Amino acid sequence: MSGSRVIGRDFARRLLRNRLAAAGGAVILFFFLVSALPGLFASHEPNRIDIVNILRPPSGAHPLGTDDLGRDVLARVVYGARVSLKVGFVAVGIATALGLFVGLLSGFYGGWVDAVLMRFVDMMLCFPTFFLILSVIAFLEPSIWNIMAVIGLTGWMGVARLVRAETLSLKERDFVAAARAQGAGDARIIFRHVLPNTLAPILVAATLGVAGAILTESALSFLGIGVQPPTPSWGNILTTGKDNIEFAWWLSLFPGLAILVTVLGYNLLGEGIRDAADPRLKGR
Amino acid sequence: MLRYIARRVLLTVPLLVGISLVSFLMMHMAPGGPIGAGTDLNPKATAESRARLKAYYGLDQPLHVQYGRWLGRMATLDFGDSFSPDGRPVAEKIKERIPITLTINVLSMGLIFLVAIPVGVYSAVRKGSLFDRISTVAVFTGFAIPTFWLALLMMILFGVKLGWLPISGISSLDYESLGTLGKIADRGRHLVLPVLLAGFGGLAGMSRYMRSNMLEVIRQDYVATARAKGLPERTVVFRHAMRNALLPVITILGLSVPDLLGGSVIFETIFAIPGMGQLFYQGVMSRDYPLIMGILTIGAFLTLLGNLLADVGYALADPRIRQG
Repeated sequence: MSGSRVIGRDFARRLLRNRLAAAGGAVILFFFLVSALPGLFASHEPNRIDIVNILRPPSGAHPLGTDDLGRDVLARVVYGARVSLKVGFVAVGIATALGLFVGLLSGFYGGWVDAVLMRFVDMMLCFPTFFLILSVIAFLEPSIWNIMAVIGLTGWMGVARLVRAETLSLKERDFVAAARAQGAGDARIIFRHVLPNTLAPILVAATLGVAGAILTESALSFLGIGVQPPTPSWGNILTTGKDNIEFAWWLSLFPGLAILVTVLGYNLLGEGIRDAADPRLKGR
Repeated sequence: MLRYIARRVLLTVPLLVGISLVSFLMMHMAPGGPIGAGTDLNPKATAESRARLKAYYGLDQPLHVQYGRWLGRMATLDFGDSFSPDGRPVAEKIKERIPITLTINVLSMGLIFLVAIPVGVYSAVRKGSLFDRISTVAVFTGFAIPTFWLALLMMILFGVKLGWLPISGISSLDYESLGTLGKIADRGRHLVLPVLLAGFGGLAGMSRYMRSNMLEVIRQDYVATARAKGLPERTVVFRHAMRNALLPVITILGLSVPDLLGGSVIFETIFAIPGMGQLFYQGVMSRDYPLIMGILTIGAFLTLLGNLLADVGYALADPRIRQG
């Protein structure tokens, strides 16, 4: 059995033994399942308008009530899970890829490459992220694709700094010098020796990043500049909740609970991965 | 100390230039350039405002000349005129909106300190106790709660169901007819929920931060020395440990500026508070580009200022920083 497989199994055992992290993972799996098989969880169509039954409180036929167009809230929350999942993963995918690229270049080559890239990161960090996202969206049309791109493109700086710091220390290690002595080129050293060793902190950042992206998307959709109706998203269901705040508490309560539980799940798993990867940091 | 401050201030100059460069490029990379973006997508941009915009940007000039002029205008906080029907200068509109946003954020910062520091210190001192475990769960929940959702729930509970607090605006309809005390009370009642919610996001982070600082400090040798001398636990915790654990909190104060600004867009929109965040939201919805770029730039300035104050404040409090 190879050494890395033993380390991996050790890591998995520590992660599973952490009850909170396991609970977080279970929540995430549950919402994956909901997104994959929404028909299993909702008996209504998310966009079927029913003028006779508008703003009905929770009942047997509509467990979470209906909205201002008579649509089933449970069905909308269930289908909204897809949007959150998609935005979370694509946005974080973009941010992580960009952050990795910039961080590896900056840390490995140093010198003026590092100076230029890191000053650019400093510059980007001067802009309040939410302001930056709103500004860019004002120039584009609000749509789920633009939201993902914008959240991703404004969220890579943290990952870049993290990867740079890791790379700086990794490239001085003996095993990199050994690889170099064996005649390995830059590309091989970066991809075979440096990159794999930065994966644990990146995984933590990405897991927490998904939570952040889901929160941002729901805030944008709530403000009417994110996912556009009739596509259901947790944020834009809450907009109808605000519009009917005096008559329909169920429109405000349930989508928010879904966001809360999901985000909590990713945060707990992220913290768990951090502890499992580096037990010294536990409890901090 | 003065040399440290001077060096730190000088470091912000390239960042200021960077901010201006990014906002300049953003305006020019917009679909069709600054004029195209305004005309294609904004039905409110009249031919006249288009001409004004063209003159403002000097689009017939070469790019570096345009950037030079942009830099000059930013130095004097001149962001041009708003696209909105009133067509007033953007700088003027921002200036009248800033005070209420700052007031709410400063109040909520005070709230964060009042609650988060005792919670953090107590959890650290009684690590693993019931209080520590409950506050840890509360902190994790706090991180995951979308603020705007909490705002909705509070509006439903305190505004709609109980009818205790108003849920929108910063004053009642009869505000002008109230006496001085009545005015203060009325303003206060309107600000309770916004301040509470503006502070909420920071509460979780700050108490967690305070807890881990405190845990760090309590392990140090000088704390053990203080205990060994036979000092009462209370003195050890408050006089010796807490003082040093508080230092890095100064930094957090400065660094939380961008989050607070972003948050103000959300709660000002929800509670219909006429501050800078609401102005920004209205600008985004009506594609008022001069206004958007103006607030984005001001936001970046404030963030930079926050970073600067954080560093200088920390250096003032901790001699190791300015010597190292």
